[in-house]
Amino acid sequence: MSAQPERKDDAASESQWKSGSNLERVLADGHFAVTGELGPPKSMNTDIVRKKIGQLKGFVDGANITDNQTGIVRLSSIGTGIILEQEGLEAIIQMTCRDRNRLAMQSDLMGANIHDIKNVLCLSGDHQSFGNHPGAKNVHDVDSMQLIRMVQEMRDLNKFQGGEEIKGGGPRMLIGTAASPFSSPVEMRPFRLAKKVAAGADFVQTQMIFDMKLFKEYMKRVVDMGLHEKIKILAGVGPLKSPPMARFLNSDVPGIIVPEECIQRIDDAGKGIDADDKEARTAAYRAEGIKLCIEQIQEIQEIEGVAGIHIMAILWEAAVEPIVRGAGLYPRPVPADTPTPTPGPAA
Amino acid sequence: MIVAEQKPLEDLQRMLKGKKKVLAVGCGTCVSVCFAGGQKETRGLAAALQTAAAVDGEELEVHERTVQRQCVQEFIAPLEDDLEEYDAVLSLGCGVGVQTMAERFPKTRTLPGLDTNFMGQPTEPGVWEERCVGCGNCVLEYTGGLCPITRCPKQLMNGPCGGSEGGMCEVDTSIPCIWSKIWGNSENLNLMDMLMEVQPPKDWSTSRGGAMRRTVVRDDLHQPNADGRTTTTEVAAAKADAADGPEAEVEAPPADPNAGAREDAFLKELGLS
Repeated sequence: MSAQPERKDDAASESQWKSGSNLERVLADGHFAVTGELGPPKSMNTDIVRKKIGQLKGFVDGANITDNQTGIVRLSSIGTGIILEQEGLEAIIQMTCRDRNRLAMQSDLMGANIHDIKNVLCLSGDHQSFGNHPGAKNVHDVDSMQLIRMVQEMRDLNKFQGGEEIKGGGPRMLIGTAASPFSSPVEMRPFRLAKKVAAGADFVQTQMIFDMKLFKEYMKRVVDMGLHEKIKILAGVGPLKSPPMARFLNSDVPGIIVPEECIQRIDDAGKGIDADDKEARTAAYRAEGIKLCIEQIQEIQEIEGVAGIHIMAILWEAAVEPIVRGAGLYPRPVPADTPTPTPGPAA
Repeated sequence: MIVAEQKPLEDLQRMLKGKKKVLAVGCGTCVSVCFAGGQKETRGLAAALQTAAAVDGEELEVHERTVQRQCVQEFIAPLEDDLEEYDAVLSLGCGVGVQTMAERFPKTRTLPGLDTNFMGQPTEPGVWEERCVGCGNCVLEYTGGLCPITRCPKQLMNGPCGGSEGGMCEVDTSIPCIWSKIWGNSENLNLMDMLMEVQPPKDWSTSRGGAMRRTVVRDDLHQPNADGRTTTTEVAAAKADAADGPEAEVEAPPADPNAGAREDAFLKELGLS
């Protein structure tokens, strides 16, 4: 049951694309892909969204729009994604299993796709106890693996999870997933990725990587298993903003390991600057964080099996441009215009 | 077993406000084992409530009785005779016990003295842990006998999320990530192939998504009484066994004469007598 079913729909399969998304084309053309992250506001203030779009557009091939991340209610991922598409920045909507059952998921996937959203990242979702509604009841009707399979069957078999046919075709979306290479049990993590491949994921973004040695070990196992040929692997990176932020990531976020030498580098950047000159220290930390991130991207580019990077500039979208430019990844490729499969009844 | 704990005293005081005479009813089964609603706890709580009322200058008399199994109607039937004299019953049974009382004695106000927590097991002295949510569709076959539906906060069926660190769960770092445990033991049980299969979405219709669940375990015992009320399976089973075979006619018993002996045997099973 782990084999991916072939698409039945002849009309739709005339297109070589699963989704026709920019990200799919960039990856298919063999470019080193760059994705970013856009966190919607805790309000309906679309100016904030547009400002962030301005900071990312042109520097990434698509932007993840988080889905009530850390269990905090925010402007909806799909609602925000529609604005991104209108503004010419490709949306990768995140969809968690925490807030929706299979009915809502399928309904929302179709709703997103009719608004030109062509990428979805399937996630379990942060537990609600970390957010601002800790008394909420979580859903978890399906898990992230099952969500991947559900989207894939909607797209490739034109069928709802319940088995009924989706008349006129299912949503055509590129299916993303997340991987946390350093979460326990570490030795099993490549197998978990293999399972996500079997479920039907097209690309994967990893948790933020700082420990290159460990990541190389992980990637070696992934490559030995041949997974890199079946799924596009985007390594998660992020600029360290300050020594406390680096220490927080290392100690408080499962799956993130920030080696001491990275923390030390950021720390050292502030040395020699007057302790009272907070502004100058902040600027120095940030500059070093961006520099370190660029170096890490360059190192990641050399690792076999990595197809791109996913930049998580948490509440610091402005860092994306200097990182992408600094890593020599600007300008972003513009794939040749190829007919995009459109949802809805085939012609 | 069913694990419960007493509601805070102030909640009970609020519930009983204005009541003059209350019967606290303990239960000698699960909640006795977890020290929440057995005879000792019921006595203790009755005294505590009276004392607290006295301190507040209120008049409250709390009597106490403990039945062997509050979730079985036949065990609580003898309480009926005295109920009229009470303003309310404070049940120290689990949620099932409270409801058995409320259903059996619809003219008496039954109040819950406990918060019923889960089905679980004692893991160390004084500690009980959840083990089963009663989803009605057991997955333990696929998970090496460890339940992710109960023990993973996200009820994941296909492996751990990224929130597993050092083998512990990020939602409560004192609790093991059950998927770490399942995977950790997979080699011993030769489970790897099964764990690599994508488990399809679970059928939750057997769980809490549908109507109240009702199980007829044995059709041969399921015989409504003349008054239309079904004899509880348990008592009917005892009767059937006593009459040497399921074909025997089952009558509505006033009470189960073997209850005491079976209760002792049950407690013995639990290592408590």
